[in-house]
Amino acid sequence: MSGEKFKAISAADFFYKNKEIAGFDNPVRATYTIIRELVENALDACEQYSILPDVRVKLIDEGNSIYRLRVEDNGIGVPYEQVPYAFAQILFGSKYTLRQSRGIFGLGGKMAVLYGQITAHSTVKVTSSQGGYEKYTYELNINIQENKPIIKRKEVMPNPSRWRGTIVQFSFEGDYVRAKPKVVEYFKQTSIILPYANILFIDPDGVIYRFDRITNIMPKPAEEVKPHPHGIDLEMVQRMINATRSSTLVDFLANNFHRVGVATALNFLKSIKLRPDANPKSLTPKELLTLVNKMKEYDGFQPPDAQCLSSVGPELLKAGIMREFRPEFVAVTQRGAAAYGGHPFIVEAAIAYGGEIPITPPDELTVFRYANKIPLLYDLHSDVTMKVIKKINWKRYKLDPATMPLAFFVHICATKVPYKTVGKEYIADRPEVEYEIEWALKTCARQLRIHLAKKEKAAVVQRRLSVFEKYLPMISQFAAELAGSPTLPNYEKVLKRLQIHAKEIEQRSIVQIN
Amino acid sequence: MQKRLNKEVLSKLTELGIEVYGQIERGEFPRIKLPIRSTSNILFDEELKQLVLGSYRAERTASNIKQIRSLTQLLWVASFAKRLVEEGKSSTLRDLYYHSLNYGIRFREQLESDDTVTDLEALLMEPREAFNIFPKERSSIFGDLTIEYTTPETHKGMRANLSSNPDGVMIGLSVAQADFISCKANKVFVIEKNAVFRRFIEERVYERFNAILIDTAGQAPRLARLLLRRLNMELGLPVYLLTDADPWGMHIAMVIIRGSANAAHLRELTTPEAKWVGLWATDIKRFNLPSFPLTKLDEDRIRLLEEDLRYRDFEWQSELQEFKKTKRRAELESFSAHGLSAIVDKYLPKKLKMISEAS
Repeated sequence: MSGEKFKAISAADFFYKNKEIAGFDNPVRATYTIIRELVENALDACEQYSILPDVRVKLIDEGNSIYRLRVEDNGIGVPYEQVPYAFAQILFGSKYTLRQSRGIFGLGGKMAVLYGQITAHSTVKVTSSQGGYEKYTYELNINIQENKPIIKRKEVMPNPSRWRGTIVQFSFEGDYVRAKPKVVEYFKQTSIILPYANILFIDPDGVIYRFDRITNIMPKPAEEVKPHPHGIDLEMVQRMINATRSSTLVDFLANNFHRVGVATALNFLKSIKLRPDANPKSLTPKELLTLVNKMKEYDGFQPPDAQCLSSVGPELLKAGIMREFRPEFVAVTQRGAAAYGGHPFIVEAAIAYGGEIPITPPDELTVFRYANKIPLLYDLHSDVTMKVIKKINWKRYKLDPATMPLAFFVHICATKVPYKTVGKEYIADRPEVEYEIEWALKTCARQLRIHLAKKEKAAVVQRRLSVFEKYLPMISQFAAELAGSPTLPNYEKVLKRLQIHAKEIEQRSIVQIN
Repeated sequence: MQKRLNKEVLSKLTELGIEVYGQIERGEFPRIKLPIRSTSNILFDEELKQLVLGSYRAERTASNIKQIRSLTQLLWVASFAKRLVEEGKSSTLRDLYYHSLNYGIRFREQLESDDTVTDLEALLMEPREAFNIFPKERSSIFGDLTIEYTTPETHKGMRANLSSNPDGVMIGLSVAQADFISCKANKVFVIEKNAVFRRFIEERVYERFNAILIDTAGQAPRLARLLLRRLNMELGLPVYLLTDADPWGMHIAMVIIRGSANAAHLRELTTPEAKWVGLWATDIKRFNLPSFPLTKLDEDRIRLLEEDLRYRDFEWQSELQEFKKTKRRAELESFSAHGLSAIVDKYLPKKLKMISEAS
């Protein structure tokens, strides 16, 4: 959160009246959402600064459906003076640059704090340090009407161990008993996609869920990029114009948008008949509307590139899956960057087979969906991934999801994930996204088919050899008896030939598949 | 005869062993070429006047995983047969099946081991009797024929007259392989069923017609067919066949004359000179016999026989047509309606006369 600028809007009240839209509609869902939001914030505080995450979560039952949550991270820490605004004011970020992050503006975490205040009259206690000589603790409330932080207590302490990170604690009304399956599933799935993170969760029953890092390699953090002209809207452009120091339209475009240079901007302005030297602040509302609409349509802009994305990568994805399921085989693939509506995205997928992957009932599938490294646990059947899985003819790959121990993993990284609803639980079926998921899964399926074919061949060859080892001595014995020979013929030569023969068959089969 | 057969069989089995032994030594997959026994490879041989296997052969090879087991089984049956012949012992199909269990040769059921024995017959072109494997016997013989046993060792050289037992003597291996010493009879009557066989003995048919009587008890077993052929070929006795007047009885006669598809791979089991005396379909009217309507099964069988190569001669075809026309069948016992001895007194002389006039 360091170095980011914030601007207050009167949003606390708005959230108070509309809490269901962000996943707080009942105590069960709220329990899950609160834990998730705070864990995501904790992870973001580490990952965006290339810190190997070490996140500890503890939930304590305080009775009467009140739970106290404590989330500790080893992230970058919140600057002393920004703590109240970061945790006790519903804020709107002032940045006009984009990069992939779990959520935008940390809004969800603040909603969680507000929910605690509303349901349990809880203050939020934040301890943080950026690794300096001091650490500091705040106890905060939100003034809902005025959307302002109320500082109840503030304390600065020495930090001799140079500890760095953030600890957030507050209470809320929830229902852990019923939320437990989703919460545990959330931690499990998160650990799969973050094999470089230490995650510890102690639940109210004292049960410890511990996921240890198995690698020190982290994906490169996402870089910030300017918005791509295909992905903007009127409000956004209006704000950018208000903030810009450019005095001409051509400068404004070239300075503020991704993949737009002076030449591109001139060509574009020429095609929509706006003067390049016009002051952007003096555009009429009608001209502004034309500008925005044409920007979305114009096909002279280069497609967005993916430097702003932080994908997990095949090796890490595979490592995470191996740790959790110890499968016999994992096929992993990463697609190249693509874009929908000016938003770059990358699809990564994996199919795991065997090992500890459960065989589900025929009408159920083991599917793990992730968007910007967040596991999506709800509404599987509305998700585009499910649509694609149902569409693919698995028989072509000699796979049967109904009877084989298969698990599917799909991760979409995007500057803007095409969620279907505000609940952020499932991905809409945008054709570009659908296409990428389909080919990612098909690539994995092909790898898996080759593996299974090899295995099958090896098994056939082994069976064949064992049959020969059983019958050849018998044939030799009977032949010797018939021929009246006191000694058996030497059948080793035949066996050797057989092994060569078997190898040839094996190789031929691999060539056929390829 | 058995001596000759045994010796030839032994050399064929040894040859088989040497071939497979050599294949293995040379590092080749052991393999055997077997005549195909399916109907597509069964022909009627004009000279032998019997069904024979055509020239198609299929390879059974160890390089094919599906065939290695049956190849092993076949070689085991061959080595088992060799032991039997060498040690002068005999066995039955059932006995062989149980023996296989001792050798780790898994036959799924006796049908499979029986079939393997038939494969060996086809491979060697010898009946299983030649390697001392016998079916269960049920046919019997009665008549003034003196034989000298050649097997088993315990009875070698002993003689017997086949009219000594009024129930008839079972045609087993020893009878079928015995040497013929003296024979007073000048013909052979083959009867499909025991009741009529007994009536013939009671009515002294063997004396009145100077005949040897054989009861096949349905389809003639192989040993009975082997003995019949020997009586016909070695003693020159004409053979007359008596069956029910229906497609099934007719076919009993046909198998004796021209062989069966099941044994198309074997020679020297048929008696091409044997005559079918009756009952013919036309006999029903001729002798005014009580009869029954044909069943659906009978009619299907007739249609099948019509197309059978063995039935293409005019006499056989016209009998089939008669069945189709009258849709009636009659049994040998039906003569009892005309009195206990009617079949012997009236029918036999008349039919024998008819046949001798025709030929």
